[in-house]
Amino acid sequence: MSTFSIVSRRRFLQLTGLAASGLVLGAVVPRNVALAGILDQAEGSQLNVFVSVATDGTVEIIAHRSEMGTGIRTSLPQVVADEMQADWQRVKVIQAHGDARYGSQNTDGSRSVRDFYHIMRQMGAAARTLLEQAAAATWQVPVEECAAHDHAVHHGSGKRLGFGELAARAAELPLPDLETLRLKDTADFRYIGKDVPIVDLQDMITGNATYGIDVHVPGMLYASIERTPWLQGRIASYDSSAALAVKGVLDVVELKAVDGAPGFNPVEGVAVIATNNYSALKGRAALRVRWRESEHSSHSAESYLDELVSRVEGGAGQVRRQRGDVDAALADAASVVEATYRTPYLAHASMEPPVATARVTDDGCEIWACTQTPQATRRIVAETLDLDVAAVTVHVTLLGGGFGRKSKPDFSVEAARLASHVGKPVQVVWSREDDIRHDYFHACSAQHFKGALDEDGRVTAWLGREAAPPIGSTFDTSVRINSSGGLSQGFASVPFAVPNLRIESHEAPGHVRIGWLRSVYNVPYAFGVGSFVDELAHAAGRDPADFWLQLIGEDRLLDFSPEGFEYSNYGRSLSEYPFATARTRTVIRELVASIPWGEELPPGQGWGLSVANSFLSDVAVASKVDVTDGRLRVLELHGVIDAGRVINPDRVHAQMEGGMIFGLSLALNGEITFSGGEAQQSNFHDYPIARMDQVPGVIRSHIVASDAAPTGVGEPPTPPTAPAIANAVFAATGKRIRELPLSKHFDV
Amino acid sequence: MKLTINGNLTELEAEPDMPLLWALRDLLGLRGTKYGCGKGLCGACTVHLDGQPRRSCQLTVADAANGEITTIEGLSAEGAHPLQQAWREYNVPQCGYCQAGQLMSASALLASNPEPSDEEINTAMAGNLCRCGTYPRIRTAIKSTFADAAANANAKAGSGEDAS
Repeated sequence: MSTFSIVSRRRFLQLTGLAASGLVLGAVVPRNVALAGILDQAEGSQLNVFVSVATDGTVEIIAHRSEMGTGIRTSLPQVVADEMQADWQRVKVIQAHGDARYGSQNTDGSRSVRDFYHIMRQMGAAARTLLEQAAAATWQVPVEECAAHDHAVHHGSGKRLGFGELAARAAELPLPDLETLRLKDTADFRYIGKDVPIVDLQDMITGNATYGIDVHVPGMLYASIERTPWLQGRIASYDSSAALAVKGVLDVVELKAVDGAPGFNPVEGVAVIATNNYSALKGRAALRVRWRESEHSSHSAESYLDELVSRVEGGAGQVRRQRGDVDAALADAASVVEATYRTPYLAHASMEPPVATARVTDDGCEIWACTQTPQATRRIVAETLDLDVAAVTVHVTLLGGGFGRKSKPDFSVEAARLASHVGKPVQVVWSREDDIRHDYFHACSAQHFKGALDEDGRVTAWLGREAAPPIGSTFDTSVRINSSGGLSQGFASVPFAVPNLRIESHEAPGHVRIGWLRSVYNVPYAFGVGSFVDELAHAAGRDPADFWLQLIGEDRLLDFSPEGFEYSNYGRSLSEYPFATARTRTVIRELVASIPWGEELPPGQGWGLSVANSFLSDVAVASKVDVTDGRLRVLELHGVIDAGRVINPDRVHAQMEGGMIFGLSLALNGEITFSGGEAQQSNFHDYPIARMDQVPGVIRSHIVASDAAPTGVGEPPTPPTAPAIANAVFAATGKRIRELPLSKHFDV
Repeated sequence: MKLTINGNLTELEAEPDMPLLWALRDLLGLRGTKYGCGKGLCGACTVHLDGQPRRSCQLTVADAANGEITTIEGLSAEGAHPLQQAWREYNVPQCGYCQAGQLMSASALLASNPEPSDEEINTAMAGNLCRCGTYPRIRTAIKSTFADAAANANAKAGSGEDAS
């Protein structure tokens, strides 16, 4: 059961560092709301979300999730404001520090709205109820005669009291039971479902927004760190004399790595500390470091992927999901189609690299960082400096992109260690080269499929076999095979109505830090699955859209347990968030209806499509391409999303546009390779991300109208994009692309 | 050393080979200009030098000393530049980090070519990377500053359609 309590002014101050006056509300909601995502540490059993009303009428709403471009600092507060009947113009959004009392602040897994929509409604409704009760008590009328709207409580007699006038009285009232609160009728929504501009817009376009790199603490020094070129490398020796001779360089500091799996800890490095970034970079260039080899210093991406391919093509792996008898069906098939796909390692390359600032004093440590995980940052910094968690404060800045990289707090640990060492505030700025060479890389993969077709072109058997280095290997070096959670991301969870189906995995030990990037394993798996369905459709002589619809089959709710697969459903139960194939089919139908699918095109042009369910949402993407004289141009991208109820349609469209472009970028350009354990790419010249002139002139997004519970938006547009483009390339040229990126095959 | 930045003559102590980017950010506290790559590959640090778009990570303070430098902080008072207005109208930013550079490149383009073609926009803006993928809206916003009202309406519809 939920409880609801007034938070004392003192505690509000502790939590936010703000001077609050008037009404301060705190909600404590059940622990099952703070759900574990991918490697989420279940950061706290309780969730506290705060609204305050100042006596001048200003409503302060705490944003406890990190803003990295999704618009979350706007979307969740707009839910509170709506339920509260507040005037958005008088709402001030305040960024929370990292604090376990908020519940999970781990902003990844496309779940901020999913996990907090209902709670934010309750928060707003509780505030409204208290203000109405305060007005009723003031006027000595029944509360039923009082109604809040437009930032004031009104009475039928014409009396009116503003929220600010009621704040002090409301703060003295007992709190309503959250579960019995009256929520607004959805027809009365004023902000939910509306295009509210993001609260940071003006700062972003005038250069006034504060990202991690813009933090300035008096007396602050800058650090640039030379890190081990391969995983588990250690300093053999170094010469700092030339670095120390550079004007502005103050110190050179060894940062030893902790033993064991890398986890969230920094890798080994040598830091150059200076009075400005330029001196730090110059000093670092003058540093001479020799590194000891490790078991990973011979890692080659090419031979590793060759090895994974030979495993998936070579024979049976560990069975993860099984239905019927695939081998018998393959033996009896009218025809068998088989194909192997390989996808490369990827780097995040957010426009702002990782940056953290730390100040260590006798009282503890303060961190300012562009972090997706302020609580993990707080814990690991406390551990590193041997401090109480309470002695560490983590200020969350805006993030210049995150995409999962900034879920890892290693860069804040570096800043904390250096600040502690030099006794002055230190800002650690990762260069672009650092960011790309020392990323928590997105897993590469090898995937092998076999499909059996009967004489009518129907699929009678589906075999999928994968090998991809697991994220778990970053945290436990004995983990060598992808988890059920990983395989739940579109590989073992294929929603196909085929009588015989088997999913297998092979080992793929980690040789680099494996992290997670926008939509995680859905990126490679949607490419393999989405391409292979298209191959089957063509082999069957069928229209790919019709083929997808038939393969998914009649509308039903999926249950994987009878087939031995432990489906994660992104941390939620299937009873709460069923996997409904009707949604997947609907986005395909709506997509096809929105484009001239099947139109006659000139030679060299083609349409392709794909679909993926991820983060409890469904997205179908279609692409139109032109391939002339070996040059590939993507002419159009169209996407349809069903993400349940949408809070801010404009931001959902923005995520659709951006998510498809992110998918286009990795499809066209994305590849990190390793040789001798070292990443071979270092900056945007050899790890290109999509440029404006690579982005189609036509890019459309459509939202399926829904009043179902909200589901993910930030990640789901990305997975179906690469296969949609590759399938369009096949339609245009007859050439089947089974290895990304497309720049290996075409001039892009 | 003296620099003219946003119309103000500013004195600073810096090594002459220091990139303007770091001088602006670390020495002068003008942090609207962003670091993205340090190699002139991403455009996040774009400023104007005598009206021309320049990557401030590739420009030393010595190079910049004789010219008029404009940064995002000096593009307009209160964000009133027509492009900033258009950026608001079309809700262009996502994470926002690259947008200062985008605005500086776009404003330099319009200053020399008030009605660029799609091709000219692509060419002028191809050096400004956006990892969030705000390119379609950047294009729409740039075009809205010179296209007529009807074209604006079409362009806006093109950036996304609502479910209804």
